[in-house]
Amino acid sequence: MFRKLSVAYCFVALLILTSCSTVPTTGPSLGTPVSPSQVAGFDLIVGADGNELPSGSGTAAQGEAIYQARCQSCHGADGEGLSSATRLVGGSMQSEGRPIRTVGSYWPYATTVFDFIRRAMPADAPKSLTDEEVYQVTAYVLFMNNIIDREAILNRDSLSKIEMPNRHGFIDQSNIQ
Amino acid sequence: MGLKRSDRREFLKRGAALAGGLGVAAVKPAMGQTPGNILGTDELVGYGKRSRFVKSVRIPHGGRPSPDAFGLDFHIAAPLQDSVGVITPSSLHYMGTTRGSFVPDINPAEHRLMIHGMVDRPLIFTMDELKRLPSVTRLHFIECAGNRSSSRKTTVQETHGMTSCAEWTGVLLSTLLKEAGVQDGGSWIVAEGVEEVKGASSIPMAKAMEDCLLCYGMNGEAVRPQQGFPLRLLVPGFEGILSVKWLRRIKVVDRFYMTYNDYGNLSQDADDAALKMQIGPKSVITYPSGGQQLPGRGFYQISGLAWSGGGAVSRVEISTDGGRSWTDADIRGTAHPMAHTRFSYNWNWDGSECELQSRCTDELGSIQSSRAQIAEFWNVPPGQPFRVRGHDNSIQPWRIDRDGSVHNAIS
Repeated sequence: MFRKLSVAYCFVALLILTSCSTVPTTGPSLGTPVSPSQVAGFDLIVGADGNELPSGSGTAAQGEAIYQARCQSCHGADGEGLSSATRLVGGSMQSEGRPIRTVGSYWPYATTVFDFIRRAMPADAPKSLTDEEVYQVTAYVLFMNNIIDREAILNRDSLSKIEMPNRHGFIDQSNIQ
Repeated sequence: MGLKRSDRREFLKRGAALAGGLGVAAVKPAMGQTPGNILGTDELVGYGKRSRFVKSVRIPHGGRPSPDAFGLDFHIAAPLQDSVGVITPSSLHYMGTTRGSFVPDINPAEHRLMIHGMVDRPLIFTMDELKRLPSVTRLHFIECAGNRSSSRKTTVQETHGMTSCAEWTGVLLSTLLKEAGVQDGGSWIVAEGVEEVKGASSIPMAKAMEDCLLCYGMNGEAVRPQQGFPLRLLVPGFEGILSVKWLRRIKVVDRFYMTYNDYGNLSQDADDAALKMQIGPKSVITYPSGGQQLPGRGFYQISGLAWSGGGAVSRVEISTDGGRSWTDADIRGTAHPMAHTRFSYNWNWDGSECELQSRCTDELGSIQSSRAQIAEFWNVPPGQPFRVRGHDNSIQPWRIDRDGSVHNAIS
């Protein structure tokens, strides 16, 4: 299938090159050009390598109060959650039956924790935390999973360097679904 | 087709006898029926409604309340047991979302789609501009990657209801990518809807260029809010989560991005992940199916749906003896690529216990596997209950007992 797709893509890519270089006005030319600053306000995705992480920093100690006020009602005092979907801590990918996927047992990148909290949490008011607060809460979630110390400072550099427990446990799907 | 000539004579003879027996005493002539009227209210004049006697509805998937106590789990399954033809009505289309029960209430006049990242010309489109672009209309199924059968499930709605098929209208994604000008090295896109981080998925550029659609139309009208109004990305034949609803952003990137959604692919290898996105050949008999009751021996048209992410369905076979022997079913109408395809098979039930199965082959020659074949592949000992790994496109067996009751035959 993918060989077929690749061939199709090469063909389309060839068409694009041809049309751009020789007849630039044949397209519909609809849509409004966007400036980099407009894109920046929209583009909050943080990829696995953390390149797009914003400035700011925080520690678990700073994040504890925010967690208790904004996260605990769904995720529990110790991240145990109210259901498998809201559990943040513990679990194992090797469990009998269905593996229990949490930040600690499953997520391969700490950068995604930041990305997820910044854009989706708290569920009742997404994007209401500042970047600074997101660093702090991210630190607290990692601290609850014994991945970092309570006073460790998370920022753009240190967050990208964290090695998550399941970082290399992701290729073989045979035990997972 | 499945009836031998002698069977057919027998069937006609029996049918005539049946009609003769009931005709005078029990059946009122159609002309003599005097139903009440459905009042022509303004509402019904404006937008029609089905008969109050038709009760077919969606149900929560997986036996869980939907939405749950937190409004977080909103997966609902389509009533395939009642389906005819290949189109799922928009009101009955299955639904999966990570937004809980909250569906965004988007004013299309204010909605924008941005396309940016590794492109020469980052662009924003209004809905009006998108509708001015050349459009296509295609039949496509969508299926949740978690649409799986198990011995605990009873009906086809429970075993297979997380797939549906609609007629989708919109702009080819390749049209927009060409307008923006994909730069060298732009090998993946990240598509993002209002679900944001939970609704952002990485899709290979080859697929984006081949047949992905930006849909504003569904079954001849605007896409429904539960299905992504005003704009939904459709990634034909790939697992449903990639068909991002309430689409507002396409970012061209140079790698498999490993977003939160992408974790579901359970692979960090880009090629491996991309290959796992495609739904395999699959089929299921919708009549007779689990929970239904056959009134007695005699003629039945076995009917069902077949589909594949690999292209059009090229063949469907039926077994009435638990997979020991197979006969070709009829494909009803045209088999469209990556679309539900209706099949049927005329059959005389002799009243003995039997097991019905269907098996799909797609245009690539891929054949749907039985659970036994999958178990053997994974070295699961025969007879041991097991869960199919990855997408479950295994053959669904239905057992018909002597009393005409139909049951899920997975042990």
